[in-house]
Amino acid sequence: MAENGFEPRIAALLCRWCAYAGADLAGTSRLSYPPNMIPIRVPCSGRVEPSWVIEALNAGADAVLIGGCHPGDCHYVSGNYKARRRVALLRRVLGELGVDPARVRLEWVSASEGAKFARVMRDYVEEIRALGPHEGGLGSSTAPEAVAESVVEAVEQVVQHG
Amino acid sequence: MAQPRIGVFVCHCGRNIAGTVDVEHVTERAAEIPGVVLATHYDYMCSDPGQDLVARSIKEHRLNGVVVAACSPGMHEDTFREAARSAGLNPYLVEMANIREQCSWVHQGPAATDKASRILATVVEKVKGNLPLEPSTMDHANKCLVIGGGVAGIQAALDVANAGFEVLLVERSPSIGGRMAQLSETFPTLDCSQCILTPKMVEVDRHPNIRILANSELEEVTGFLGNWRVRIRKRATYVDPEKCNLCGDCVGACPVRVPSAFDEGLSERAAIHIPFPQAIPSSYTLDKETCLGLTPLRCSECRDACEAGAIDYDMQDEFLEEDIGAIIVATGYELLPKERMAEYGYGEIPDVIDGLEFERMVSASGPTQGELRRPSDGRVPKEIVFIQCSGSRDPELYKPYCSKICCMYTAKHALLYRHTVPDGKAYVFYIDVRAGGKDYEEFVQRAMEEDRILYLRGKVAKVFQQGDKVMVWGVDTLTDRRVEVAADLVVLAQAMVPSAGVAELARKLRVSVDEHAFLKEAHPKLRPLEALAAGVFLAGAAQGPKDIPESVAQGSGAAVKAVMLLSAPELIHSPEVAEVDELLCSACGICSPQCPYEAITVEDTAEVNEMLCEGCGTCVAACPSGAMSLRNLADSQVLAMLRAALEEREEAEVSGG
Ligand SMILES: Cc1cc2nc3c(=O)[nH]c(=O)nc-3n(C[C@H](O)[C@H](O)[C@H](O)COP(=O)(O)OP(=O)(O)OC[C@H]3O[C@@H](n4cnc5c(N)ncnc54)[C@H](O)[C@@H]3O)c2cc1C
Ligand code: FES
Repeated sequence: MAENGFEPRIAALLCRWCAYAGADLAGTSRLSYPPNMIPIRVPCSGRVEPSWVIEALNAGADAVLIGGCHPGDCHYVSGNYKARRRVALLRRVLGELGVDPARVRLEWVSASEGAKFARVMRDYVEEIRALGPHEGGLGSSTAPEAVAESVVEAVEQVVQHG
Repeated sequence: MAQPRIGVFVCHCGRNIAGTVDVEHVTERAAEIPGVVLATHYDYMCSDPGQDLVARSIKEHRLNGVVVAACSPGMHEDTFREAARSAGLNPYLVEMANIREQCSWVHQGPAATDKASRILATVVEKVKGNLPLEPSTMDHANKCLVIGGGVAGIQAALDVANAGFEVLLVERSPSIGGRMAQLSETFPTLDCSQCILTPKMVEVDRHPNIRILANSELEEVTGFLGNWRVRIRKRATYVDPEKCNLCGDCVGACPVRVPSAFDEGLSERAAIHIPFPQAIPSSYTLDKETCLGLTPLRCSECRDACEAGAIDYDMQDEFLEEDIGAIIVATGYELLPKERMAEYGYGEIPDVIDGLEFERMVSASGPTQGELRRPSDGRVPKEIVFIQCSGSRDPELYKPYCSKICCMYTAKHALLYRHTVPDGKAYVFYIDVRAGGKDYEEFVQRAMEEDRILYLRGKVAKVFQQGDKVMVWGVDTLTDRRVEVAADLVVLAQAMVPSAGVAELARKLRVSVDEHAFLKEAHPKLRPLEALAAGVFLAGAAQGPKDIPESVAQGSGAAVKAVMLLSAPELIHSPEVAEVDELLCSACGICSPQCPYEAITVEDTAEVNEMLCEGCGTCVAACPSGAMSLRNLADSQVLAMLRAALEEREEAEVSGG
């Protein structure tokens, strides 16, 4: 239990072939981890749009985890490389906006790495707990909605060539 | 979706879920979600009564969407989609919420219940956005194209043909057989290579379902999976195979002599030639490049000598067009060219040769009928040095990869040498001996022990000519001693590289090659026989260094993949693929290079070929105008899912797991 009473909320976008399957294996092996994460299954980490991360942070997430296959193992060959580039850019943009880039994390978890999945979850929840809650409205207090929209757009601009 | 009428079915899975998650509470919360018209729970949803409950509810409540909150979708998604179909609901409107593997089995207490109901809520949002879909279907052609007639291509052609399908076997050189036809004996059993290969070649020749096109190459490919149109150029041979009776009189008459490629330049052939006596198709070929001249005709000795009247100088290249349903690429390998290995004197010192030259030298059908004689002066070598990993495992200068078969064929060569020259001395320089294969390690041990071949661990520093000897300087790293051998013959185990022209062929077929130009498989572990382009399969050394058993196994494997395609009444493909909104698309072209399957073409707008798209969604994430979308996982769906996952709840205090 956290002393400050803060329980991070984390959205996890997990590719169905590796990270999601790794999470399933953690379950089959009964490896417990904190329940702070809500998983959403996507076909590939390459499907993840950076703007989703922004939207999730605006919708109350304290962090977003993206889980994909290890380099070289993406079921669709190269989606995870695209994800890696996009996330790297996104973290830079977040940093510029005054949001700690640690609030988005990309992890490679294979279908056989149930233990790794559980460990990643434990680590990440601890890290975000220490970081404290994400106070919504990216970068602005005056017009969070409008800013959020332009941020989403900016991110898309930066990232589409990734 | 019109007005959502979603049914939610929460499974207890005995105690597996209900022992941890308060299923009643989860059901109550689900009932409150707008669009949910029915929420219920049951002991085992996957049981027959559970499935009946779903089917009955679909009819009774006129459901247009179903969420089953139970185990992972991998377990029972198909079960419930089938149940829905039987009740008249499109299966793509059914989704699973995974509250077992990713919730009840890993969490405890109220937090588990809260998480379960959040997971459920996300999936309800997804179903609200799902559309009823039908798998795409398509007719296809029934013929298989096999490119490359080495042992891998031969095996593939035979297997496809024996399954009842027509095969077009396209071979670039005048005969099928590939490298295996050049080999002497084969490891680890030492059976004669041609003796085991030629019966297969004859079988191919006789097979009613196989048509061999030798001297032929692929010119152009259009279309895609199951429905290619290919154009093949068959080079003129100037000899009518129907009339040629293989007497060989033309060869005697031909004034030209050039090095024979089949004998690796160790013998000479005429301009008109047959690469080896058992060649298939069994006919002579007049090689236009080395002939004194056909247009204008500078010599007609061969035609004059041919009593059968088989020679026709006016013969033209032919072009064939065929409809093809499946393609197998088996274009094999060659050895790293000589010019490149200056440090071992290769290409300069006549008595430094490569493994294939050695094969021809010791082959009973070779230029010396199997008597080992060195190229410079024809003497029998009394000391011989084999250098392994020449050009392999050398990321600085040559190839970083292991060519995999050289340890084995070097042991074979050294052993064959000792059998032919019993008083000779054989040395092998090696980095490691890699003999992973059935009976392979035993074979190498036998060479080392019974045949007393001296294995020296270390790299060779220098090879140079001194008098009539080839000096080899190296270090034995096991004893840390310098080694100097005055050899009569040096054999380099050259790195295996893909056949020339493969990159161009790959471009025509729209398949990828890796950084060394070996053909790239769709997945290194799970789809080793498939190219990235659907319907194109890979076999043999074209995909990476391989020995004969592996090449044959891959040939058979690729054949099964092709037969699966050819025998399907029609091609069926998941409809959960990318889709373009033509009104939004600006034809910027950002999407198409993102696609590993070449499924997107961009003209006036982007267009997705549904049969090629595998539904990864990478293009969707890249589209700047929101024109590209993934069916049943649109942006709007994911955003709704995220909001449902993160919704503020009074009771939502997550507590320890
Ligand atoms: C020195 C040496 C010794 C060896 N000894 C052994 C041994 O003892 N035991 C063993 O198991 N393995 C041995 N091997 C390995 C063996 O040669 C290969 O495993 C085998 O030949 C691979 O068969 P393949 O059909 O994949 O390729 P290949 O035999 O290379 O055949 C490929 C065919 O495709 C044709 N082709 C190429 N490009 C095109 C194109 N664009 N269009 C049409 N046709 C094309 C080529 O002309 C060729 O006929 C040895 C290899 C070497 C170098
Ligand atoms: S499928 Fe897992 S990252 Fe692409």
